[in-house]
Amino acid sequence: MAPITTLHYLVVAAALFVLGVVGVLTRRNVVVVLMSIELILNAVNLNLVAFSRIWGLQGQIFSIFVITDAAAEAAVGLGILIAFFRNKETVNVDEVDLLKW
Amino acid sequence: MQPVATTFFFYLLSGLAVLGGILVITRKNPVHSALALILTLLSLAGLYLMLYAPFVAGVQIILYAGGIMVLFLFVIMLVNLERSAKEEQFNKQWIAGTAAALALGVLFILVYTGGKALFPEHLAQLPEQSNTQEVAILLYGNYMFAFEIASLLLLVAIIGAVVMAKKRI
Repeated sequence: MAPITTLHYLVVAAALFVLGVVGVLTRRNVVVVLMSIELILNAVNLNLVAFSRIWGLQGQIFSIFVITDAAAEAAVGLGILIAFFRNKETVNVDEVDLLKW
Repeated sequence: MQPVATTFFFYLLSGLAVLGGILVITRKNPVHSALALILTLLSLAGLYLMLYAPFVAGVQIILYAGGIMVLFLFVIMLVNLERSAKEEQFNKQWIAGTAAALALGVLFILVYTGGKALFPEHLAQLPEQSNTQEVAILLYGNYMFAFEIASLLLLVAIIGAVVMAKKRI
């Protein structure tokens, strides 16, 4: 079989990214939307580590920073979700319409 | 050490990752979505090992599959609604959303196949035995400032999460 190149990893990352975008755009449950954002960030990480295989270690450093960002984003997002759930008793994104004109 | 059966493990792990991603966005129960996301994260950790990044693979397992997913499961338990499982799971513009995302994916594939000549043929010489050491030298050397900023970001995120989730400040 053909050897695995960087392009193979990029295609897998693109597939994960598209799945994450589909989740963000179509799901109503906020928790699943946040999980889809994690999918997107993981696709970016896979890209960075795959590029670090051909260009040196810096990609791995940046993937560690992306993981840090993901942790911060998850903590703040879930905090907002809890505050929102306490006010409106729902977890659906399309019912968050207070600022909608 | 040369990785064994690279082709087989690449297709196995990437297939598992994509399968987990599909399950994340299609399951009704958010707990099932979280478990599918853990499957994706673990197979990505395997892919990182194949790319000579054992430190990132370890961080992925400990921080993502161990930390962030526990946070998600906690919040799912806190806000779990019997009612929300019976509701419609996809919003009204799901056809347009899926079509736009698929167009984005096609664009990605076109760009990657068109630009693959830009990738160098030879691979970088990555340290195998001392990956963690090399990462630490870079992290505490060239990227010291970014590292400190990241710690500040985490502090702000902790305070923000507490303020958000607190009943009365």
